Amino acid sequence: MAVDGTAVLTQTVAAEEANILAAWFSLLKAGGALHTGRIREAELDTQARTVLEQLRVSLAAAGTEVRADAYAPLRDTLAEVSRSRAIQGFTPTDTANFVFSLKEPIFAALNRAGGKDPAAVAKGTWAASHLLDALGLHTMEVFLASREEVIGRQGQEIAELSTPVVRLWDGILALPLIGTLDSARTGVVMENLLQAIVDEEAEIAIIDITGVPTVDTLVAQHLLKAIAAARLMGADCIVSGIRPQIAQTMVHLGVELNVVSKATLADAFALALKRTGRTVVRKQPSISSTAS
Amino acid sequence: MDRIPILKLGGVLIVTIQVDMHDRLAMALEEDLTAKIAATGARGVLIEISALEIVDSFIGRMLDNIAAISRVLDAETVVVGMRPAVAITLVELGLELTGIKTALNVERGMAMIRDRLAEDDDLGSARARYED
Amino acid sequence: MPVTKTEVLPIRSSDDVVRVRQAVRTCAVGIGLGLVDQTKIVTAASELARNTLDYGGGGEVRIDVLQEGARKGVRLSFEDHGPGIADIAKALTDHYTTGGGLGLGLGGAKRLSNEFHIASTPGVGTRVTIARWK
Repeated sequence: MAVDGTAVLTQTVAAEEANILAAWFSLLKAGGALHTGRIREAELDTQARTVLEQLRVSLAAAGTEVRADAYAPLRDTLAEVSRSRAIQGFTPTDTANFVFSLKEPIFAALNRAGGKDPAAVAKGTWAASHLLDALGLHTMEVFLASREEVIGRQGQEIAELSTPVVRLWDGILALPLIGTLDSARTGVVMENLLQAIVDEEAEIAIIDITGVPTVDTLVAQHLLKAIAAARLMGADCIVSGIRPQIAQTMVHLGVELNVVSKATLADAFALALKRTGRTVVRKQPSISSTAS
Repeated sequence: MDRIPILKLGGVLIVTIQVDMHDRLAMALEEDLTAKIAATGARGVLIEISALEIVDSFIGRMLDNIAAISRVLDAETVVVGMRPAVAITLVELGLELTGIKTALNVERGMAMIRDRLAEDDDLGSARARYED
Repeated sequence: MPVTKTEVLPIRSSDDVVRVRQAVRTCAVGIGLGLVDQTKIVTAASELARNTLDYGGGGEVRIDVLQEGARKGVRLSFEDHGPGIADIAKALTDHYTTGGGLGLGLGGAKRLSNEFHIASTPGVGTRVTIARWK
C-alpha cells in the first residue's frame, strides 16, 4: 500500500532533515563534486539545502506525485541545477547523481526511524526510490530539452544563412540554393522567396540549383512545392543550374519538373528579361572625332 | 445576411474578400458572381484576397468553381494578393489551384486580364479576316 | 503532458467553424507561433471543424494549451458522434471523399500538423487530434 510508504517517507524526511542533509552533503563531497573546482562548497551546500527543504514541503503536500503543482518549486530548482551544471561543464549523469545520491541517506534514516517495523521500512524505501528516480530523470529531461533547443536554433540559423534572395533586375529575383533541400529547409526557402516576391513585386523567380548536390524524387517534390507557392503569389519560376548528371538522374528516376529549366543562370536571366518585355542592346561604338 | 459587394470597372468585375467567410457567404458569392457575369457580359473577374488570413479547401474549392464558371461564361478570372503564409499553407495542404490564374496585386491582375482579352480579340479578328 | 489551459467549443453550424478558427488563432498567437505556423494550424482546424460538421453531424473541439518543459504547444481534439470512418487509411489519402469536397481534409490536416492522431468507430463516432509545437 503506497499510502503507508509515502506517509512513512514524509514523516522520516521531516523528522530527520538535518541528519539526511549532513549525510548527503558528505556523500556529495566524497563523490568528488568539489574536486574539479567547477563548483564551490558554498554553492553545493545551498543547492542541497534548498532541494531537501523543498522535497520535505512537497512530500507533505502531495506525497510522491512528482507531477503535482506542489512539486513545481522543486522541479524548477532541479531544472536550474541541471542547467547551471551543464554550463559549468558537468555531464548530465553528474547532475542525475546529485539526486540519486540522496537515496542512501534517506534509506539510512528510514531504517533508523522504522527500526521495529520492517514492513514500514520496506514501503518507505520503495516510495523514496520511486520518487528520487523520477526526480533524477527530470534533471536528465531538462538537460536534453535545452540541448535540443540549441540544435534547433542553430539549424534555423544555418537554413537562413544559406538561402539568400537576390534581385537581378526589376521584377526578377534569383534564389541560388546551396546544399541539400530537406523539408525544414524548404520551409525557410519558401518563406524567404515569397516575402521577396512581395517586397520586390517580382514577376519571375530564378531558382538556381547549381549548388544542390543531388536531385532525387524527394528534393524534386520540395522544389515543386516552392515553385507552386511562388506561382500562387503570381510569380513564374525558372529553374537553372541543372548539371548534366542531374538531368540524367532526374530522367532515370522519372522526376518531372514541370517548369522551364535552363542550364545556366545567365540563360535563365536572358529568358526572364525577354519574358518581362526587355531586350539588351549593344551600344554603337561612338565615332571618334580624331578619326579621319 | 451580408453579401460580399461586387464592383464593376469597365468589363471587369472586382470582388474584395475582407471577412472570415462562413460557408453561406461563400456560396452566396459564387451565386452572385455567376449572375452578374451573365447579366453584365463581363469578360474579366478579379478576386482580391489580400485580407484573407486563411484559405482552406472549402474556400479553395469556391475559387476553383468561380474560375471554371466564368470560363464557361467567357470571362477570365484572376486571384490576386495572396499572402505568403497562405500560399505556403495551401501548397502544404496539397491545394495548388492550378485552374486559377494568379497575380501579385490588383494592378498586375488587371493588366493580365487586359492582355488576355486583347489576345482573344486579336485571335478573333484574325480568324474573322481569314474567313472573309 | 501538462495542460495549462483548456477550452471546449461546440461545432454545430458554419458560424461555429468561424469561431473555432478565431479561437485557435488566438491560442496560436498566445504561445508565440510564427505567422506561417499559425496559418497552418488554423487552416488544419478549419478543415477538421468542417469535417466534424459536414460528415460527423456536428460535435465539439477541445483546445488545449500544452507546456512541456520550456516548449509550448497547442493541441486540438475534434470529436463527433457521427457515422465514423470505416477505412481510415483510405480516408487519409488525398482526393478521397464520400461527400462533394476535394477530400483533402484529413490528409491535409496531417501534413499541416506536428502530431496527428485519429480514432474512429463506424456507428459510434470519430475523434481527430492534432498538435503544433513552437
